[in-house]
Amino acid sequence: MDVLDIIKSENQVFCKSKLMTDNALSYCPGCGHGTAHNLTMEVIDEMGISEDVIGVAPVGCSVLAYDFMNIDMTQAAHGRAPAVATAIARTWPEKYVFTYQGDGDLAAIGTAETIHACNRGENIVIIFVNNGIYGMTGGQMAPTTLEGMRTSTSPYGREIETMGSPLKMTELIANLPGVHYVTRQAVHTHKHARKAKKAIKKAFENVHLKKGLSFVEIVSNCNSGWKMNPIESNEWMVENMFPYFPLGDIKVNGKLK
Amino acid sequence: MSELKLMKGNEALAEAAIRAGIDAYFGYPITPQSEVIEYLMSERPEKRTGMVVLQAESEIAAINMVYGAASTGKRVMTSSSSPGISLKLEGISYLAGAELPAVIVNVVRGGPGLGTIQPSQADYFQSVKGGGHGDYKLYVLAPSSVQEMSDFIEDAFDIAFKYRAPVLILSDGLIGQMMEKVVLKDQKERMTNEAIIEKYGDWATTGRKDRERNIITSLDLESEKMEAKVRKLMEKYERMEKEDLRYEKILCEDAEYLIVAYGSSARIAQKAVELAREKGLKVGLLRPITLFPFPKQQLLEIADQVKGILSVELNAGQMVEDVRLSVEHKVPVEHFGRTGGIIHTPEEILEALEQKIIKNGRIRHHKVGESSIL
Repeated sequence: MDVLDIIKSENQVFCKSKLMTDNALSYCPGCGHGTAHNLTMEVIDEMGISEDVIGVAPVGCSVLAYDFMNIDMTQAAHGRAPAVATAIARTWPEKYVFTYQGDGDLAAIGTAETIHACNRGENIVIIFVNNGIYGMTGGQMAPTTLEGMRTSTSPYGREIETMGSPLKMTELIANLPGVHYVTRQAVHTHKHARKAKKAIKKAFENVHLKKGLSFVEIVSNCNSGWKMNPIESNEWMVENMFPYFPLGDIKVNGKLK
Repeated sequence: MSELKLMKGNEALAEAAIRAGIDAYFGYPITPQSEVIEYLMSERPEKRTGMVVLQAESEIAAINMVYGAASTGKRVMTSSSSPGISLKLEGISYLAGAELPAVIVNVVRGGPGLGTIQPSQADYFQSVKGGGHGDYKLYVLAPSSVQEMSDFIEDAFDIAFKYRAPVLILSDGLIGQMMEKVVLKDQKERMTNEAIIEKYGDWATTGRKDRERNIITSLDLESEKMEAKVRKLMEKYERMEKEDLRYEKILCEDAEYLIVAYGSSARIAQKAVELAREKGLKVGLLRPITLFPFPKQQLLEIADQVKGILSVELNAGQMVEDVRLSVEHKVPVEHFGRTGGIIHTPEEILEALEQKIIKNGRIRHHKVGESSIL
């Protein structure tokens, strides 16, 4: 089959969701954000809830998520997305409310908002993209930066003695009774993307069933921040990130695995 | 039915919020305003009107909850006291930048730092000059009675939605804690979700049904667009100055000397004016009810009539700067005020007026660095 035939839309297995806008993504080529966006929009489209969804964008690389997701969105202050989403979900209980946040936003500056929204069991979805670095501001150390990992603010590698250990926010919040579903996924291969999509779908279905909070972590790469090409960064992620942040369900139907 | 009750300022404010049909309140306890959330929680507003009341994990979370509900067109408010308002300022700046209607109440206590839990008016600068980062202002209402704590809730929401802007009710520990009789307004219905979608569908993020998507953000990375956004905000503030300035003049017709005071200080200053009149001194009171917009023109006009002006505030001298700017050096302007939670008496105010203004008359001008507190 000719290449031009393969890229015809009827032959495409993976394509841009109808709920993604035509704006060019602001993410670096090779970054996992685009796939994570697309999967989220595919789920919302397939569930037929695009008119009842309100998304909350963070501060970080995905601050402009509202440029790419063709749904109603509110952009929150750094780390405060779970508080913003709390109020929307409380005053519009019939809507589907989700936040889309990075690791600096959710696990550093927004730690209090994350833990308390989870603890109250707010009926929302939190999508947490963890790439172990502050991408937007130019590659500084994040709470999730691995030991020994070089960033612009840990130029000799993260030293545990002075900088603390990488924070496993997902395991931390999984212990809270208000949290119904916790899973850690990845999007660097088709297989992983399919699993991640299933997880995101389950999370939104939980909102419909008013089960409380669903938390989907996506371990992703930051080829620019890690100073690698996209392929190397994905290989490095598999070798280094996955052992510390193991993929799979952590809590299902309110029960720890 | 409207109802006459004896209430604390903080309680009257909370009751007025329920009766005004407010959709949500998000707060965090801090003295001297904790009665607001305590009263709301005890009243079960979720049963009375369906109003959402939530105790947040911090002032920061509370103001961002306000931001969330406001972005969907709901009528939402928070209250706090000085250190808590400092924490909320980032969120307040976002509300202004994203053009969201919301009401914030500051029941001011003394500072800086943890300061004191006693009354103060030391948050004037923070309130009227913006407070948080960036080019913005708040419409600031300053109640001077328990009745106004109640009445200003509806007024504040009217302004907030007229301009799609955050409004501050700048009270203090004295007004918040004291008990007075108050006439409470009738219960108003909360707006239905359908009505909100219909009325605010051109901007609110209520879900993209039958329209293009709405986006709420304060961010614009294109300089020209960001400048246009700032200019739009400035136009709003100019319009507030033209259309929604509020002030009260008491015994100003024949006044030779003027006291300018707002909130609790205005109540005490009114008594000082009475004492002065008993002594044959022609003293009047100008009470700014809105601190932004400020009655600049009214002060400039009255400067032609009076020999001197005393700005009375429970702080080390803040509003006095705006009074001086307003009168364009036509007359001497001095400040008097107690700090640390001490509340000045009418006698102290009269004495300060006599010493700082009447005795020195036109020849005395404020010296740089001179302390104006007792």
